[in-house]
Amino acid sequence: MPCVHSLDPVDPDVDLHVPLDRMELVRHHASVLAAIASGGAVGAMTRQLVGETWSTSGSFPWSTFLINVSGSLLIGILIAVLGKLPAQHRLARPFLGVGVLGGFTTFSTYAVQSHDLVTSGHPLVALVYLVGTVLAALLAVVAGVVLVRRVATAWQGPAAGA
Amino acid sequence: MTLLMVALGAAVGAPARYLTDRAVQSRHESVMPWGTVSVNVVGSLILGGLMGAGTGVSASVLALLGTGFCGALTTYSTFSFETWRLIEEEAYGAAVANVVVSVGAALAAVVIGYAASAALTG
Repeated sequence: MPCVHSLDPVDPDVDLHVPLDRMELVRHHASVLAAIASGGAVGAMTRQLVGETWSTSGSFPWSTFLINVSGSLLIGILIAVLGKLPAQHRLARPFLGVGVLGGFTTFSTYAVQSHDLVTSGHPLVALVYLVGTVLAALLAVVAGVVLVRRVATAWQGPAAGA
Repeated sequence: MTLLMVALGAAVGAPARYLTDRAVQSRHESVMPWGTVSVNVVGSLILGGLMGAGTGVSASVLALLGTGFCGALTTYSTFSFETWRLIEEEAYGAAVANVVVSVGAALAAVVIGYAASAALTG
């Protein structure tokens, strides 16, 4: 009997409204959660080290800004690369995407820093930081995806013609 | 020591984000990524509460719960990726709503966190 339900734990095509599809949560539970936990630890430690070494001068929170924008660039690259691969390890996206990049980037620090900028008398900087991070992160995702598509096309071009 | 606390907090926060996202996403039909919105708002509430407690929270607890747990529970990469995907699918209204609701609710959560913490420790 053909298996019509994907077992990929983070397959976006899995319809979570279908009870049978939701069962994949249970099946791959332990290994997926371990991959996410270890990836999250690696990402968060990297964020901590970047924050320690890249001390922010002035009121604009540059280190968090660069962490969130570079993490967005990397998620664009990652998902585009995984989409191009004929096959991928089933823990690749849980570890690298959900774990490392999810743990590396942060929304809570972004929100607290924006709040603190307002309460410390820098509402304009807060506004620039809030809007600037959203726009830069979105452009970074697009840049990552486009970069992978261009590289893949350049790579496959000569091979396809040979 | 700080790094170890950050790693421990994140090792709990990241899987908690994944499980919350799956639980929320399986319970609604809309295109809005409510799972990511949820973790980002909850993480901002907790971090606001920790920051509001000021010196009442030790540096190692802040590393464990703040930088580690809240940092890994929340995510910017998924937020920006999901927003871009809504734009690509031409769901422009949902993309704008995702940004406005995420940022607005997270900021409100920080204010509530600070206030609750100040009231408790006051």
